[in-house]
Amino acid sequence: MSSLGELRTIAREARRKKDSSLPKGSLKQRFPDNRAGYLFLLPWLIGLLVFTIGPMIASGYLAFTDYNLLQPPQWSGMDNWARMFNDTRLWNSFRVTIVYVFVGVPLQLALALAVALFLDRGMRGLSFYRSIFYLPSLMGGSVAIAILWRQVFGKEGLVNAVLGVFSIEGPGWIAHPDYALGTLIILNVWTFGSPMIIFLAGLRQIPEMYYEAAVMDGAGKVRRFFSITIPLLTPIIFFNLVLQIIFAFQSFTQAYIVSGGTGGPSDSTMFFTLYLYKEAFTQLNMGYASAMAWFLLVVIGALTAFNFWLSKFWVFYDD
Amino acid sequence: MTTEPNDALPPETAMTTTTARPMLADPDTEPARPRRRWRGPSSSVRSVLKHLTLISLSIVMIYPLIWLVVSSLKPNSEIFRNLSIFTTDLTLENYTHGWTSQQVPFSVFLWNSLVIAIGAILGNLISCSLAAYAFARLKFWGRNAYFAIMLATIMLPFHVVLVPQFIIFRELGWLETILPLVVPKFLATDAFFVFLMVQFIRSLPKELFEAARIDGAGHLRIFGQVTLPLMVPAIATTAIFTFIWTWGDFFGPLIYLRTRDNFTVSVALKGFVDAQSTSNYGAMFAMSVVSLIPLFLVFLIGQRYLIKGFATTGIK
Repeated sequence: MSSLGELRTIAREARRKKDSSLPKGSLKQRFPDNRAGYLFLLPWLIGLLVFTIGPMIASGYLAFTDYNLLQPPQWSGMDNWARMFNDTRLWNSFRVTIVYVFVGVPLQLALALAVALFLDRGMRGLSFYRSIFYLPSLMGGSVAIAILWRQVFGKEGLVNAVLGVFSIEGPGWIAHPDYALGTLIILNVWTFGSPMIIFLAGLRQIPEMYYEAAVMDGAGKVRRFFSITIPLLTPIIFFNLVLQIIFAFQSFTQAYIVSGGTGGPSDSTMFFTLYLYKEAFTQLNMGYASAMAWFLLVVIGALTAFNFWLSKFWVFYDD
Repeated sequence: MTTEPNDALPPETAMTTTTARPMLADPDTEPARPRRRWRGPSSSVRSVLKHLTLISLSIVMIYPLIWLVVSSLKPNSEIFRNLSIFTTDLTLENYTHGWTSQQVPFSVFLWNSLVIAIGAILGNLISCSLAAYAFARLKFWGRNAYFAIMLATIMLPFHVVLVPQFIIFRELGWLETILPLVVPKFLATDAFFVFLMVQFIRSLPKELFEAARIDGAGHLRIFGQVTLPLMVPAIATTAIFTFIWTWGDFFGPLIYLRTRDNFTVSVALKGFVDAQSTSNYGAMFAMSVVSLIPLFLVFLIGQRYLIKGFATTGIK
């Protein structure tokens, strides 16, 4: 079961527990491993407090301060939030990120799903194709690939060389404000291998008997695809969608390297995270950066919640 | 998705030709399928078309990587004059030049990256397996709540903890050391691997643990002598993923390691981009290839674990 599925189960069980009365018994009987449990969990618990919950509280506080690392934080009330509201550069970076997420993720997932459906049979060369498609997603986040991308989409790069064969003179894609973001979206699509692997695993788990039964009932190929494959795959599509959106919002390395650390040309690849990094670590506006981080968390959280709500209408759970 | 014209066949035949998909099959050890029967030219034409499509897609996917490798072996002046990957004019001079072009030899960056990767792997293996055993096998107060929190942290954007973490490490005097990149791993901050291992331990037969318990083994022994030896696949997956993520990590080293001697490979590569005006493309490509070789080797060796681990938990 996926992590999202687990969360669903836990929520459901918690709801059920509320209804039924708890089994009677001493704490010792209900939780026989309390001591061992907490001992084994200790490193994780410390990590949770010191590196997650504590810092979350701290950055929540810093978001309302002016803090440049050198002097102690100064309470500034809503100043950071007011500044964010009026910061056109921030809204531009938000827009760039939204475009990246809402164009890049669907394209990536559509390709992943299409290829997975294409591959899902005991076909010859399956593992070869799978490896070839998976390899880029392992390397896609690295600086080396971002460097390669700069050259592939450069004025004298590979893409323009291919276009040259058809006597089209392409622009310098990376240096053009209209196209630079597109190259990053293509880089994201290029890493479709990881969701593809998840789709492949999902396809394998569809019980063969459903297809057999459908064939007996005279269902054709198309019908089987839309009535069996797609419905049973919707939880996996949903899982991929939620996670890829969350991750795409946090992309940083590719935009940083492809734009040479500037987010340019004319802020066209200035991802929200890149702007946040600049505010925090080149301007030393730690308070403002914390406010931005919380804004990001709220946006991602709201979007994920919306996605969950939406899933009621299209995701089919077999259980 | 079905490519064969099954509908035209009587049901019994159709059933046998619908390829058997074993549930939860390991992709690499699927039993040999019965050979498909010859069903006229249309099916073989379709199969050829299918393979042609897949091969073209493979070429598009892989071509940039091959071009990178070939370009790194071309003389600098040739790289953009001739973009073909077919050339006989190959040289290693980009590699020798790139290795020393950053004041500090590239081996220093490789070593720094390696040390961090090994530290992170050790940390993740120890802390995540302990936590996973507790979540999967022990009954203690608040387990479900903790488990839900753990799952939620997988999805938490790290930016909300970024600034305070930076301040903590700065106060501790850990800037310019590997500690900010390694110590959190010993406290299971990569919750994703906890989840991966929980899934794995749950799949092991319960009787094993009960038998050990009846024999009087304590939890520490059950963990060390029963669970860990059975967890080798999950451990391998964790080690491989941790390596790939740490090796490719850019953000962490970028903010914590700012002097050249401490650079990791990713931050050192950024140096080539910064110096683009005077840039030596050949050297930049050559060192990019060097940085990708460990990833590629791990991919070759660990592909099996990667694909399986990944399919069960689903995060890149």
